[in-house]
Amino acid sequence: MALLTVENLSVQLLPGRHDDQPRTLVDNISFTLDSGEILALVGESGSGKSLTSLALMRLLPEVLAISSGAVTLGGDNLFALTENDMNRVRGKRMAMVFQEPQSSLNPVQTVGQQIAEVLNLHHSLSAQQTQQRVVDLLQEVGIPDPQQRAGWYPHQLSGGQKQRVMIAMALACEPELLIADEPTTALDVTIQKQILTLLNELRHKRQLAVLLITHDMGVVSEMADRVAVMRHGKIVEQAPAQDFFHAPKHEYSRMLIHSLPDRSHFLASPTQAALLELTDIKVWFPIRKGILQRVADYTRAVDGISLSIGRGETLALVGESGSGKSTAGRAILGLEALAGGSVSFDGQRIDGLSRTQFLPLRKRIQVIFQDPFSSMNPRMSVREILSEGMVSLGVQVADPEAEMRALLQKVGLEADHLDRYPHEFSGGQRQRLAIARAIAVKPELIICDEPTSALDVSIRLQVLNLLKDLQQELGLSYLFITHDLSIIPHIAHRIAVMKNGKILEQGTAQQVIEQPQHEYTRALLEAVPAMA
Amino acid sequence: MSELMMVKPVLLWSDVLVYLLLVSIILFFWQLKKNPVAAARWAAVFESRAGLASFVVIVFYLLIALTDSLHFREPLEQLEGQQEVHHSQEVSSVLDLILADLKAQDETTYSEPFAIYSFAKENMQDADGNVYRNFPRLKNAGSHLSSESELAGDIAARAGSAIAVSVLIALALCLLHYRLSGRHYPRVPWLSAYITFSLLLVASVTLLQLGKVYHVFGTDKVGADILYQSIKAVRTGVLIGTLATLLTLPLAVVLGISAGYFKGWVDDVVQYIYTTLSSIPGILLIAASVLLIDVYIETHPEDFNLVAYRADFKFLALCFILGMTSWTGLCRLLRAETLKVSQLDYVQAAHAFGVSHMRVIFRHILPNVMHIILISLVLDFSVFVLAEAVLSYIGVGVDPSMKSWGNMINEARAELSRDPVVWWSVGAAFIMMFILVLAANLFSDRVRDALDPRAR
Repeated sequence: MALLTVENLSVQLLPGRHDDQPRTLVDNISFTLDSGEILALVGESGSGKSLTSLALMRLLPEVLAISSGAVTLGGDNLFALTENDMNRVRGKRMAMVFQEPQSSLNPVQTVGQQIAEVLNLHHSLSAQQTQQRVVDLLQEVGIPDPQQRAGWYPHQLSGGQKQRVMIAMALACEPELLIADEPTTALDVTIQKQILTLLNELRHKRQLAVLLITHDMGVVSEMADRVAVMRHGKIVEQAPAQDFFHAPKHEYSRMLIHSLPDRSHFLASPTQAALLELTDIKVWFPIRKGILQRVADYTRAVDGISLSIGRGETLALVGESGSGKSTAGRAILGLEALAGGSVSFDGQRIDGLSRTQFLPLRKRIQVIFQDPFSSMNPRMSVREILSEGMVSLGVQVADPEAEMRALLQKVGLEADHLDRYPHEFSGGQRQRLAIARAIAVKPELIICDEPTSALDVSIRLQVLNLLKDLQQELGLSYLFITHDLSIIPHIAHRIAVMKNGKILEQGTAQQVIEQPQHEYTRALLEAVPAMA
Repeated sequence: MSELMMVKPVLLWSDVLVYLLLVSIILFFWQLKKNPVAAARWAAVFESRAGLASFVVIVFYLLIALTDSLHFREPLEQLEGQQEVHHSQEVSSVLDLILADLKAQDETTYSEPFAIYSFAKENMQDADGNVYRNFPRLKNAGSHLSSESELAGDIAARAGSAIAVSVLIALALCLLHYRLSGRHYPRVPWLSAYITFSLLLVASVTLLQLGKVYHVFGTDKVGADILYQSIKAVRTGVLIGTLATLLTLPLAVVLGISAGYFKGWVDDVVQYIYTTLSSIPGILLIAASVLLIDVYIETHPEDFNLVAYRADFKFLALCFILGMTSWTGLCRLLRAETLKVSQLDYVQAAHAFGVSHMRVIFRHILPNVMHIILISLVLDFSVFVLAEAVLSYIGVGVDPSMKSWGNMINEARAELSRDPVVWWSVGAAFIMMFILVLAANLFSDRVRDALDPRAR
């Protein structure tokens, strides 16, 4: 018999003051999970996959209710248990790892205390035994020097180590089922690789059943034994991983699989004169110390990088978080002061310009941000958002209204959306709006700061294609800042790999991906989950 | 010449401010017509039941404050052979005319609500000339009754007729309004507005009718009617709340946002100022300033030839001082929020578009910290109404000649320690304050929801 059986589970949003009908968010789903098996629950944001996991733990928020279905864990019907008994199931028999290790750990307790807390909830151990268990667990999840690190606070650990601690906490009481809700989404690729390997080892060693919730098809193909695809609250397809990837039955599954960009085709680099040239630029942030706030040292966020982008060309600036790639982008926009080096745009030095001197250049260099939810003022309508740049940069248009409508159509939105507010759009639509806002002032160079990493996979490709089409139509150049190597062949002509503020390797996309020279580039490429 | 022509209008500075405030509110709603998006947002406030009902209550209080802000001096009776008209030293307002019945019926000391006997025993003489102690009949209240047994019936009869008449009037007015304009705006929950309006109308008509022959809320130590006092105190409460709050706003908003937005030395200076200011006890500053004002009034008697001028000057000074000493809290909040907002991508995007600092602040920062301003505005409003009570307690509040809830609550210090307790004075002040502060809170809640596009 399977360890976990979910039968006809439905979750409804209870009718609030404004809606009369309850809305079904999880619709009649069934699946089973065996010991030692990994089931990947795949879907885009809003498909109900996280709700499913919360429903299994019976941790749904009050406005949601389980309207039908049964969940059996090792023979016990979970929905028939009292809240008290359920508390003994949570943590002891099923445990959960969350997406964001930064916010899942309590910053004022040492990691040892936090793991011990879970242990003491379910076992009665002496202080010494507890300490020993904590150290063993940290050892098991691969934290170096566990004896000492048990006394560390979360902020002293790196993101990957925090996620390891989260896994140690989840494993503390030897659960039979581990629910991992996007466990690696917030992590860099190299760290993601390590965490996934760890999860894989653990399930073999402990015969752990893992419900892996993810939207990343690469992760699915590397990890899962079986795959269940969720869409609009329903499971549209359920199959063993091999069959799933070779012969997906449902149209939506095929779309998800094909949303992974093809990595074997490369774009030919247009040989044009350089539009933007960075020569040995440095951005240093002072570290101040003492009562007088004297500058004691500098954080070298960008430490002497040189690169150039031609007209109509896309340069991908690749690196993990903290490598200084976004700071480099801000420095080009004149939003950070340079500590050294020079930036020239179209043959003209643009570093060290004052605010007013930079103004004419703002029209020519634009930016698109990562998070489409924070990049637009929630209190401004689309019309105000689009016209703001045009007005303040004095872009002369005969008919601003027609121009804005044309812009919306150009990025694939409806022209009638001008009087809507950003919150009325989905993430992908907002990113299209952000693109429309940037091209409204007719720039020559757009700095794209991770424009697709906050988007769902199916939308990601659409946005990338939109950027590519606009490049061809308007002859734009892009500085494409990203950590996602899988999309690079699709969009970039050339690649620069960045780490710790320095550029390690630079070349055409084909060169770098097929014959990486630097060890770090090779590690990055290997870490990217790929389909079997 | 009719008597009305001979009254001498008096314009106090606080009256000027009240009417300026009124004009700016009207102008604000008038300019909304030109801005359909903002108009739709404000319409949402009035399309919610709580918003509309609390608005009606606030307007009711404002109307009281406005009628109490039309001041004049009544002419004195002309003496024989006198040519000029002399005017009374006492400044009255239109509200005093409406409440003339309440104002005139003074007793000698405390009396309970609806009582016809005094609250304190007095020495009295019976027909044979024997002195005994008992509760005397009140001079005015219930003087038409022959015995206490008629009291309940009389109250019921008067209240009943007042309620019946006022319900009819309210119904007629509501129907008329609905026929004329209400039905053109079907989205507005008129029923709640009509119910609130009717309740207010019925309550005030009934209170005034009963007030003619009884002391509905009793009388205070010197026998003055509490109902009259608590209504007169509306103007003081509304004004001290709005004026002091409006004074804190520009300082807190300008300094807080510039500190958070420009950072660097601007931030240092602003932080230095508010840290210094908030490390001095507020009461101390206020007390010192009020004493200075007192000295100024003493040394310039020619400028304050009427008691009302003095009281008004002192009152405005108090509002000013309260405002000046209490902007630091909001400033601190705004600085922190601005620091957060100015790091968001849309502000960075605005910089990338070369938008000027002023426009970034007005378009991007200010609207996104507005909810904090609105909330603290209303919280401050209630704090100031209460602060006035505290200041009266230590003797640096509004002038004793000015009716205020603070002065009434201050009296309660002695009254509540009596046995039996004199509770009606503080009770009336509490009810009046509670209704105002509750309505203001509900209204600001709706405004905040309506102005936040994400909340819809």
